Amino acid sequence: MNQTLNEKQKWYWKKNIKLIISLLVIWFLVGLGAGVLFAEPLSNIQFFNVSLAFWFAHQGSILVFILLILTYAVRMDKLDKQYKEMLKDGN
Amino acid sequence: MSVEVITIILVLITFATYTGIGWWSRVRDTSNFYVAGQGVPTLANGAAIAADWMSAASFISMAGLVAFLGYDGTIYLMGWTGGYVLLALLLAPYLRKFGKFTVPDFIGDRFYSSSARAVAAVATIFISLTYISGQMRGVGIVFSRYLQVDIVIGVLIGMAIVGFFALLGGMKGVTWTQAIQYFVIIIAFLIPAFAISFQLTGNPIPQLALTSSDIIDRLGQIQVDLGMTEYMVPFTDLSMINVFMVTLALMAGTAGLPHVIVRFYTVKSVRAARWSAVWAIIFIGLLYLTAPAVGAFAKYNLIDTIADQPLEEVQNIEWVSKWETTGLLQLDDVNGDGVVNFTGGEDNEVFIDGDIIVLSTPEVANLAPFIIALVAAGGLAAALSTASGLLITMTSAVSHDIYYRIFNKEASESQRLRVGRITLLIALAIAAYVGINPPGFAGEVVALAFGLGAASLFPVILLGIFDKRMNKEGAIAGIVTGLGFTLIMIGAMLSQSILGTDEPILDSFFGINAQGVGVVGMVLNFVVSFIVSRMTPEPPKDIQELIENVRAPEIDE
Repeated sequence: MNQTLNEKQKWYWKKNIKLIISLLVIWFLVGLGAGVLFAEPLSNIQFFNVSLAFWFAHQGSILVFILLILTYAVRMDKLDKQYKEMLKDGN
Repeated sequence: MSVEVITIILVLITFATYTGIGWWSRVRDTSNFYVAGQGVPTLANGAAIAADWMSAASFISMAGLVAFLGYDGTIYLMGWTGGYVLLALLLAPYLRKFGKFTVPDFIGDRFYSSSARAVAAVATIFISLTYISGQMRGVGIVFSRYLQVDIVIGVLIGMAIVGFFALLGGMKGVTWTQAIQYFVIIIAFLIPAFAISFQLTGNPIPQLALTSSDIIDRLGQIQVDLGMTEYMVPFTDLSMINVFMVTLALMAGTAGLPHVIVRFYTVKSVRAARWSAVWAIIFIGLLYLTAPAVGAFAKYNLIDTIADQPLEEVQNIEWVSKWETTGLLQLDDVNGDGVVNFTGGEDNEVFIDGDIIVLSTPEVANLAPFIIALVAAGGLAAALSTASGLLITMTSAVSHDIYYRIFNKEASESQRLRVGRITLLIALAIAAYVGINPPGFAGEVVALAFGLGAASLFPVILLGIFDKRMNKEGAIAGIVTGLGFTLIMIGAMLSQSILGTDEPILDSFFGINAQGVGVVGMVLNFVVSFIVSRMTPEPPKDIQELIENVRAPEIDE
């Protein structure tokens, strides 16, 4: 394994970590945030026939979780592709 | 045809299918036996993960739990799905890149230590064993209620079916059976949900009906009228700190479940691991988005059917009398006025086990006998699919991690396979035993297995991937602290059922209950392993290379 490959791997890992952190911030804000920590203020906001807090706690958070995992898979596919192209350019 | 006959036919058809798949996918080598030769297609693996994950608890109990907790039921909804985000982002891709057979494999290799491997193997066996007793209870309930078969015989039939395809096909047989079982589970869950939603609200899509109809308002109103708590208001059953802690404990615990993690070893590549996570959360989400609607609708319907009605009339309803014989529904006319008083106070005369919410929905809503039979088959599929995954996991912990990797490193392929199958038989016998004679505190222990997983396996795997400096000393100190603290806390808080004391030794840990205390154990684990690892030598060069390799992108697929 030569030095440039290691550099590229480091770049890949950094990108990966950044993506994970931003997705987990959303995970926390939507799940434990909207569903638990801010449940009381959000209970006063009406969302169709239920309160917004209730909707997040029983429906919305799960929908967001699905989207987060999907986003991760799509973005990592893109990153893999960029990485492979970098390898080609380097050689 | 009567409900019983249709149920028997449907159960026989599904069981014959599972057995057929077991025969078709029989295996001869350890790679197939433990990880299905790492050749499972993404979509099938997603369905298998979903079936593996969604146990009897998800199918039978969860909607009922949510219905009785109201808003606070989110601990299960978010806890069990949100943990999946942690698993998909933080653990699954790297464990697949590592590419061995089991969770203790990773922990043992990463921390270059047989004792770490042994601790992980024991934790795996303990978590799986407590879990499997819950599955067997589910099988027993379905058999006794729908087919009037004795619970013992029901458990034995279930074990025989699981044993057949697991012994022959190992992980390969289990995976393909689970993929089929997912579709049985989801169809059996969705059809009654559409029907009851349409009946109550005129909208057949339960997720939309929950939000857009006035059913939650009406349910809340009825509950308040009867003296129960509000449905839509948060923290009426649990304090905010407990909702937060329990949700987090279930999330981290879910991410640390060995029988689910191991599913990611069965796919072809890291990319396939990421995409099977996507399919799995979509498949799981379908049930988890439906469950809170089913719970609310079924509860409304149930209260509406029996509350304040003449006792004699209620007892004459067919499903009421059938559930009464199982003991899961009890009507007791305490004040002798001949009317069913269903309240939240002392004068309550109705005792409902949450487990019957889903199972009784088709009958309470007067749906066709075929749908009732379908729900029975779905409950069995949910219990059996999880039980089979747990069996393989326990088996690999004993025969691969303990026997082969620690005691007999020279064992040949056929020796290992034989030990694997013998272990599976023993595990099967133990599972049947705990299914027939569940320990008094089984229900509590299952929920607590998550707390223990959160305090032990989850932090150790996470640090193993993301902290290169983490070494053997830190990891072991962390596990021992996290596990020890959580076990002591749980033992003290549940001492009435576990140790037999008159009063709990400890009420709570600064307001955190037994289900949520695993989060404190997890934080302690992180802190202790960080400090200890920084005071001891860094891990050897070859281990640092292993971590680099796990993090590096996979070039060929």
